[in-house]
Amino acid sequence: MTWGVRGVSLRYGAVQALTGIHLELPPGEVRVVVGGDGAGKTTLLGIVAGALSPEAGEVSRPVAARIGYLPASSGIYPDLSVAENLAFAQAAYGVRGPAVAERSRLLLARAGLLGIEKRLGGELSGGMRQKLGVIRAMLHQPDLLILDEPTTGVDPLSRRDLWWLIAHAAAEGSAVLVATTYVDEAERATELLLLDRGHAAARGAPDAVIAAMPGTLMAGDDPPSASEAAFSWRRGRQWRLWAPEGAVEVANGWRAIPPDLQDAVTVALLRSEREAAQGGAA
Amino acid sequence: MAEPLAEVKGVTRRFGEVIAVREVSIALRPGEVLGLLGANGAGKTTLLRMLLGLLPPSDGEVRLFGASPSFAARRRLGYMPQGLGLYEDLTPAENLAFAQAVFGGARTSSPSEFPPLAVGRLPLGVQRRVAFRQVLQHHPQLLVLDEPTSGVDPLMRQRLWQEVRAAADEGAGVLVTTHHMEEAESCDRLVVMADGSVVAQGSLRDILADKETLVLETADWPRAMALLEAAGMAPALVGRSLRLPAEDEQKAREALSVMAFRLRRTPTSLEERFVEIASPGR
Repeated sequence: MTWGVRGVSLRYGAVQALTGIHLELPPGEVRVVVGGDGAGKTTLLGIVAGALSPEAGEVSRPVAARIGYLPASSGIYPDLSVAENLAFAQAAYGVRGPAVAERSRLLLARAGLLGIEKRLGGELSGGMRQKLGVIRAMLHQPDLLILDEPTTGVDPLSRRDLWWLIAHAAAEGSAVLVATTYVDEAERATELLLLDRGHAAARGAPDAVIAAMPGTLMAGDDPPSASEAAFSWRRGRQWRLWAPEGAVEVANGWRAIPPDLQDAVTVALLRSEREAAQGGAA
Repeated sequence: MAEPLAEVKGVTRRFGEVIAVREVSIALRPGEVLGLLGANGAGKTTLLRMLLGLLPPSDGEVRLFGASPSFAARRRLGYMPQGLGLYEDLTPAENLAFAQAVFGGARTSSPSEFPPLAVGRLPLGVQRRVAFRQVLQHHPQLLVLDEPTSGVDPLMRQRLWQEVRAAADEGAGVLVTTHHMEEAESCDRLVVMADGSVVAQGSLRDILADKETLVLETADWPRAMALLEAAGMAPALVGRSLRLPAEDEQKAREALSVMAFRLRRTPTSLEERFVEIASPGR
């Protein structure tokens, strides 16, 4: 069974939080929704999880007991110990016994959290708290695992552990949905959804998103001369220039380059922003 | 070569028995963007605090603008902490005016580009822009940015980096700490810390050192992952393929002899390289 949403929209007062979003969540795959603060990621995850109801569109999800959900706040109780936080989740999901205890021990060990079972949730570092939150959400081997920015503010060593947990959940057959603000994490998905102002600015496999980028991308060492239709931005010391049509006049030193996912996402967001500005002016 | 704006020479800092920073030497020159990478607890913050003159070293020498760190030197410095350093009850314009009064310099009376609301009520992305404006408005010669773009969308990140780059083009030296490799790749030079020591430094190319990563493709990645892990390896899932250090090739081929697979080599990513050199026990 593939879970997901079809054409969902939701408005909060005057704010259109989501517009016509499609997202498929097949078992055993990691899907990533990428976007910034206010793009609609948390709203979309809430709809998938069943915490919010869309105004339009269809949602297909397993029963609540077969969903694992990590909110952006990690949801770890600061006054409970690590062991108590996990025990609480087991009770809530109605799973217990030696198999669950063994699974809990294995996941804690792989995440580098063994030996801290007695520590209070509130005493954990950000990375530890996020790892514990993910373990808690996946302890009952959910059919659908929903993780809201598990890696924000987390250092690369903890991030490696978090992505191991995510991969492990997918290997066990969970459909996994991860929200992030980082493009390099979207690269790890079988398919990504780029959200901007509640719209899908791009979607598909990372390679497909790159291949679908229209226009021409160029790199140069000096600022490009301004052109109405083109976009320019910096990558390190270099400049990037994107123009919508195939053939572009460029000064010496500029060369066409193949885009990577960073470039493709930047172009998609710039185009989305321009469309929004034109729509707003009309 | 221009004199360094900031320099630490053989600096060590002990807290009781703990050595937080161990014989570190780095120099930051005008126009240069230096990225400081390290897991939590690697010593980055202690190093920054010594560089800013907030903490004396136990051993070694700190030079800021060619002299010992002093209160006067702080006027030539822009520091953006992780918490942004804004007053949440004041509007952006009030925050900017206050900072300007503190740092001196000409008052600008241009109308604020920011909404007249308390900073605490503004979206995170807007708060970041205000913090950038605040730290840049007195044209500091040395910019110190601690995790400058955590949580913002990829386009906003590009734009904030454009401002960092513009400051560097005008001759400022920029020191950035980050956990995110997209940001690290925008720096001119990187310093990687682990356990209080510098474990690598140089350009992105120097750090990557032409290392290669194995990409493994199979029809059944969960099985391949289980086999590799049983043999003591730690593959990372990207899409439906697995990635491993190139040194593991022989071991991987043996572990996977029971199934069909394809192996190819690809350049190691900065994130992979970082984990390799910054993991404890290496």
